[in-house]
Amino acid sequence: MSMISVENLDVWFGRGRDRVDAVKGASFAVKRGESFGLVGESGSGKSTILRAIMGLAPDWSGQITVDGKAISGRREKGFYKQVQMVFQDPYASLHPRHSVDQVLGETLLLHGFTDIDDRVVKLLDDVGLGGKFRFRYPHQLSGGQRQRVAIARALAAEPEILLLDEPTSALDVSVQAEILNLLADLRVEHGLTYVMVSHDLSVVGHMCDQLAVMKDGEIVEIMAVDALRAMKAVHPYSQHLLEASV
Amino acid sequence: MSETQNLRAWLLTDTPTSRRHAKYAAAYQGWLSFRSNTMAMIGLWILIFLVFVAVAAPLLAPHDPFEQTLSNRLQGLNSDGHILGTDSLGRDILSRLIYGSRITLFIVGLVALIAPITGLLVGTVAGYVGGWTDTVLMRITDIFLAFPRLVLALAFVAALGAGIENAVLAISLTAWPPYARMARAETLTIRSSDYISAIQLQGAGPMRIITKHIWPLCISSLIVRVTLDMAGIILAAAGLGFLGLGAQPPSPEWGAMISEGRRFILDSWWVATVPGLAIFTVSLAFNLLGDGLRDVLDPKDAEK
Repeated sequence: MSMISVENLDVWFGRGRDRVDAVKGASFAVKRGESFGLVGESGSGKSTILRAIMGLAPDWSGQITVDGKAISGRREKGFYKQVQMVFQDPYASLHPRHSVDQVLGETLLLHGFTDIDDRVVKLLDDVGLGGKFRFRYPHQLSGGQRQRVAIARALAAEPEILLLDEPTSALDVSVQAEILNLLADLRVEHGLTYVMVSHDLSVVGHMCDQLAVMKDGEIVEIMAVDALRAMKAVHPYSQHLLEASV
Repeated sequence: MSETQNLRAWLLTDTPTSRRHAKYAAAYQGWLSFRSNTMAMIGLWILIFLVFVAVAAPLLAPHDPFEQTLSNRLQGLNSDGHILGTDSLGRDILSRLIYGSRITLFIVGLVALIAPITGLLVGTVAGYVGGWTDTVLMRITDIFLAFPRLVLALAFVAALGAGIENAVLAISLTAWPPYARMARAETLTIRSSDYISAIQLQGAGPMRIITKHIWPLCISSLIVRVTLDMAGIILAAAGLGFLGLGAQPPSPEWGAMISEGRRFILDSWWVATVPGLAIFTVSLAFNLLGDGLRDVLDPKDAEK
């Protein structure tokens, strides 16, 4: 059974003549413990799919199923304990006036945990930040450290599914590798299911088992990562992407 | 010596060890950058002096501010025992100025509490909730904005009766709409940012998001705006006093003092000029302070 499945998903912004269809008829399924990649150029609707799953894009139709439960309308509290998201830009995803301790503490409080102090320390250890970062503010952290905090926040609820929206594209190349390795380790440790958006085929090749290629809001091809490594793409657009990335 | 150095190092650390430590360190670093702004420090010192004068008024005033000596009226500057002269009823101007600082602080303090808080509440709720709430709240704001400020305040005071409390209410009533507009504009940019999406994904409700996530970001620019507006508020209060709708005689409100001195402006210029200078100095001090606070508090600059 699939952990998360999307069928015939349409997402649009605006209405009437201003309507823009960001995603058209997207379908894919991710098995429990699997890591699924969404690739495509900017504006192809990859991130919009994640935002629609999380309830951040209000207008969508089709069917989204998480762990066998269909999702519609307002997300329940239980949903956020099961699915969490890491945003693309760690410079924009942390509140500039909240210290790391406040960010994690409030998240834990909202998820109903009571042993907040212990958990904050453990979360920081989990993402490779020691206790000395606990009371720092975002402007005292580097991009990589901020993204670690953002990952810790996503992990605070102990979710089963993590949606990653280009988690490394805003970071230096050397830091990118660190974050990707951290994410790979966390997946093994916590048995997480990933849906990862990226425009970088090598990142997806490193992190994922399956991937979908998107173009202009449509999924043109879903293939296993082995096929990607063997350069065996079927659709001309994915062949083109593969050639461009070599 | 080494103890103060230790304290300094403790406050300047970039690896705080507890919540309290982090708070103190952030405040100290803000204070350091504020202190390096000379003009803002001058403004701050003038205001500290004003507060000191207001608190210690009975000790500082050389005469009773209400005691009339008609034989001694309209004495010039530095004339026997009256450093700043006397007014048309022979009251010591310096003493009245000193007691008047209490009224000025009262007005400024109360308006600074009422207007920005109302504006913040209306603006952030309108901006965050959107839709009909936004439309209704903002049209109400527009209606208040469309009235000329002093005319609305005049109408309000005329309806409720003259007096310093009603003047404060009237000024607050006319002062909040710009804050609401500003708070709404900021909320609109903050609302769509990733860190608000992130806290929504933790299941936070609108009340928590507005009070804990949006307010802290709006408050700094609001404080700056309030200090810059203080001058205008003092002048509005003085204007109402001047028109006879604010503080009532014999209250030594600065605007009322100017109003009284106006009749003698040609041959006893100091009677109106001295309280005018006091209003000018305090307004300037608030402006300087506001400028300095903007440098420290504005999140756009602070993030560098």
